[in-house]
Amino acid sequence: MIGFVSVAAEWVIPGLLLLVLVAAFCRRVPVYEAFVSGAQEGFAIAVKTIPYLVAMLVAISVFRASGAMAGMAHLLAPVLTPLGIPPEVLPHAIMRPLSGGAALGIATDIIRTHGPDSFLGRLVSTMQGSSDTTFYVLSLYFGAVGVKKYRYAPVTGLLADFTTFLASVLFVRLFFR
Amino acid sequence: MVNLLWLFLMLSGVIIAMIKGRAEAVTAAVLEGAKTAVDTSFGLIAIIAFWLGVMRVAEAAGLVEFLSRLVRPLVRLLFPGLPPNHPAVGAIILTLAANILGLGNAATPAGLAAMREMQKLNPHPEEATPAMCTFLALNTACLTLVPTTVIGIRALYGSREPAAIIGTTILATACGMTVAVLADAVLRRFYPKSK
Repeated sequence: MIGFVSVAAEWVIPGLLLLVLVAAFCRRVPVYEAFVSGAQEGFAIAVKTIPYLVAMLVAISVFRASGAMAGMAHLLAPVLTPLGIPPEVLPHAIMRPLSGGAALGIATDIIRTHGPDSFLGRLVSTMQGSSDTTFYVLSLYFGAVGVKKYRYAPVTGLLADFTTFLASVLFVRLFFR
Repeated sequence: MVNLLWLFLMLSGVIIAMIKGRAEAVTAAVLEGAKTAVDTSFGLIAIIAFWLGVMRVAEAAGLVEFLSRLVRPLVRLLFPGLPPNHPAVGAIILTLAANILGLGNAATPAGLAAMREMQKLNPHPEEATPAMCTFLALNTACLTLVPTTVIGIRALYGSREPAAIIGTTILATACGMTVAVLADAVLRRFYPKSK
């Protein structure tokens, strides 16, 4: 099962490319032109992440250089270690539902500091990829139609985020031993 | 919330550095953090542009419609409150299909259309309906086939297998989605509507 999933993961991207291109060819889509028109937006989107990354990477960088990060990890270790949760990913877990850009900044910092193929790097990559910015989604969609009482929607969203977080820890432990 | 967390990181960092006499380390950390941010964003241009291109081809090839047809029965099951042929159902399916393919640009307009259609069926326009709550639960926990940005960052920092996290990502999202659907079904009973 574990072997199968990691092989499947390797083939997701080549397989998806093949599928998309063959489907497009059969439907007589002008593939090259469609590709270029989509890719054109890439620059604007990447540049748009700069202010979020600057804000967050500076804050995290200061937090770590001052020794505050090590202090926090030391304080929280007795609670988190028995659960198999490394304290380093806690800031990401807290930030993820609040701000996509800020969470991306924290993930980038962990991937850069510990290496993308380390346990922490893989864990934070999984956390970043598997969840969405719950509060942004709620305020965007409800705001657009003027709904003011969200009822149980935030609770559901946060429960899902919390589950995804624990599941990320579990699966990354299971697959990358 | 984000404001408070950011302030906390900055202020506690600066204050602890002052106490520990690490003022220089903070100055260096500010410059280093800002530089990493810009380098990372520019490094991401390549992969984001590539996937937006591929996804535009996928959209033109009708893959969004294909996915929509696949998930239609599931959507009927999850939204018992909506009339089966209401335009809201179509918009919901389109949003979820675009989300799965990672088409953020296409998912948002479709999602807003779905909300507008559901709002038309809402007897209390200031209050979320059960269908809206289910829709948002699915949206915040929705699976993305290719988490482009994080794969890009992994590649940028020298990963041997940038896409290796797709398997764990899909499994983790599946758990999150399951809990979202169950929690939605249970909580619906405990949050009464206004009369």
